[in-house]
Amino acid sequence: MASLLGRFCRKLVVPGSAHGSRMISTTACDSEAVKSLNLYSAINQALHIALETDPRSYVFGEDVGFGGVFRCTTGLAERFGKNRVFNTPLCEQGIVGFGIGLAAMGNRAVVEIQFADYIYPAFDQIVNEAAKFRYRSGNQFNCGGLTIRAPYGAVGHGGHYHSQSPEAFFCHVPGIKVVIPRSPREAKGLLLSSIRDPNPVVFFEPKWLYRQAVEEVPEHDYMIPLSQAEVIREGNDITLVGWGAQLTVMEQACLDAEKEGISCELIDLKTLLPWDKETVEASVKKTGRLLISHEAPVTGGFGAEISATILERCFLKLEAPVSRVCGLDTPFPLVFEPFYMPTKNKASSSSSLSSPLKKKHYLIMGLHVWCRYWMQSSPLLITSHSICFFR
Amino acid sequence: MALSRLSSRSTTLLQPLATTSLLRRRHISTDTTPITVETSLPFTSHLISPPSRAVETSSQELLSFFRDMALMRRMEIAADSLYKAKLIRGFCHLYDGQEAVAIGMEAAITKRDAIITSYRDHCTFLGRGGGLFEAFSELMGRTTGCSKGKGGSMHFYKKDASFYGGHGIVGAQVPLGCGLAFAQKYSKEEAVTFTLYGDGAANQGQLFEALNIAALWDLPAVLVCENNHYGMGTAEWRSAKSPAYFKRGDYVPGLKVDGMDALAVKQACKFAKEHALKNGPIILEMDTYRYHGHSMSDPGSTYRTRDEISGVRQVRDPIDRVRKLIIAHDIATEKELKDMEKEVRKEVDAAVAQAKESPIPEPSELFSNIYVKGFGAESFGADRKELRATLP
Repeated sequence: MASLLGRFCRKLVVPGSAHGSRMISTTACDSEAVKSLNLYSAINQALHIALETDPRSYVFGEDVGFGGVFRCTTGLAERFGKNRVFNTPLCEQGIVGFGIGLAAMGNRAVVEIQFADYIYPAFDQIVNEAAKFRYRSGNQFNCGGLTIRAPYGAVGHGGHYHSQSPEAFFCHVPGIKVVIPRSPREAKGLLLSSIRDPNPVVFFEPKWLYRQAVEEVPEHDYMIPLSQAEVIREGNDITLVGWGAQLTVMEQACLDAEKEGISCELIDLKTLLPWDKETVEASVKKTGRLLISHEAPVTGGFGAEISATILERCFLKLEAPVSRVCGLDTPFPLVFEPFYMPTKNKASSSSSLSSPLKKKHYLIMGLHVWCRYWMQSSPLLITSHSICFFR
Repeated sequence: MALSRLSSRSTTLLQPLATTSLLRRRHISTDTTPITVETSLPFTSHLISPPSRAVETSSQELLSFFRDMALMRRMEIAADSLYKAKLIRGFCHLYDGQEAVAIGMEAAITKRDAIITSYRDHCTFLGRGGGLFEAFSELMGRTTGCSKGKGGSMHFYKKDASFYGGHGIVGAQVPLGCGLAFAQKYSKEEAVTFTLYGDGAANQGQLFEALNIAALWDLPAVLVCENNHYGMGTAEWRSAKSPAYFKRGDYVPGLKVDGMDALAVKQACKFAKEHALKNGPIILEMDTYRYHGHSMSDPGSTYRTRDEISGVRQVRDPIDRVRKLIIAHDIATEKELKDMEKEVRKEVDAAVAQAKESPIPEPSELFSNIYVKGFGAESFGADRKELRATLP
């Protein structure tokens, strides 16, 4: 029941001024014209700008000619012609391979895979061809102009093959970049950066937010830098890291936690590969606790990578084990979707965030842990630990 | 007085009808004397000599064709209304218009021959002996469904009838189907596998890989392309250089069949089965049509005109064709056929009502059947502490 309520919380997303939580933003300046757009319109605008600014850029995929199944490519074929925006037959491996070839000749190929669930026939092309082209040719050739766009994530009724989050598979491949926007404004800037980035990029769009998320998006051409995470909410007690649609859920969890006096720091990773370790590290060193949340199954999900890296870098600053609130280790279910999803209630009740985070407990626990280390570590370390105690 | 006159007149009115219907009527289950019917169109073939146009059938068979196709049509229409009523969620791909392919195929094969198809599988499931109640339960995600409510519209299966489903990913069932044929050849079963795919899937690379292997090893695989001319919203001429899908096998023989004629489908499948058992794979292209859009979220009229849809419905509808045959051969009257349709409608409504009452699966079912029973693997939920379940 609680998890069902958590589901409903995702339905109405109005980021921006309504929450008052978008405090730090490095995007467009406020004097430029803005328009209230949803996610698919923002992406559409980005594609229009990309095709306009580079005459050697092309958009293709299944059904993109009439606007695509999510309306992301509306108006492109009419404006730029059927030679630059065209449909392909139903063959993902062919589509991506084709895109790699086009990019290898110095063009920008923006390829659409209709649903991320269908990206697997193209997996070989992405991993073995796109990611390694520059490397194996000694920098003679590259397919940096390739951008693969795919809608990913749960949508409420998608079932096994319209809801998957395959980002973890791609994060394991050096040579490509993986980018996931959280909102319309981010999507437009990140997509333009991805298209113009001289490396092949896999760009996952949270399909849940295509219509649901509405935001003020600047109308001009702007880019948001890749591999830079953003702290979208400042806090002191715990760091929450996420990406894409999951951030809206985590924001709800933060608001709930605030009512109990827990101040949460929320970070949007934006780029998963290569990811911004410094920002997360700095945040965890401040708060001492980390919670990662994503829709994909927990085992082997990208949260594991973040957890391991933060552990390496911030072990002595951590006051609790890194927590992962993720999808279950099952195929994405049909009727059981509400149980599977990492809802805000699961996030709130996870051991890092819930249960009295009283300072006293920190101290007692901290003392116990550090005492053990004190036995083995040098006198210098003791001093730094004792500073830690009296936060 | 007047009443008696009235009653006598009414009895005289009734009598002729009663006697003629007694004289004309032949009961469904008894008449199996062969009737020969010509198919609507000749078969077009590639690398093989086509079977004859004359198909042997019987009144019993024709009536069963009619009833089963009417059942399938009714089921799809009921699924349409259930989807609009939000009792079926997710995706729902309807097969109405294409019933002749499922029915004709069943008439030519046994339950030991395997069938594997794509996500447009409701009627194929019914053809394989699946029940209406199981079908509707599965559509609505209830435990009494054929896949225990965990598969949904795209994943109907029936093991005892060798129906291997029901696949969501386009084209993925083709290598699987050839693998089934491979297994059948190994076990010397004298059975074949019918692998169905659409004109959209015909452009998938894995199809050609599977075809090459099947031809190389002489597997008893019959690849059936259900060409309804539209891959979702893309017309065949816009996605395929060569829409002659039966010729695409190149070194594999092919046959093009009028997929709206159940008897032609039956003849072709019978022919294909014999061929596959002796000489290896063969491709059948069923020229068919779907009245609904690709799925329930597709109105089906943005890429084709309503005139086209109604045109096909008037001229080539599979149920009407069999109806005309039945009436022309004097097997049943128009009224009897209408009664049969009404009966079918009642059956479907009853199954829907029953399925609506069925329970949804237990939450523990979320974790079952990921691995085989007793594997003991743990599944972690939030936090690896709050929710731990040992997979049964």
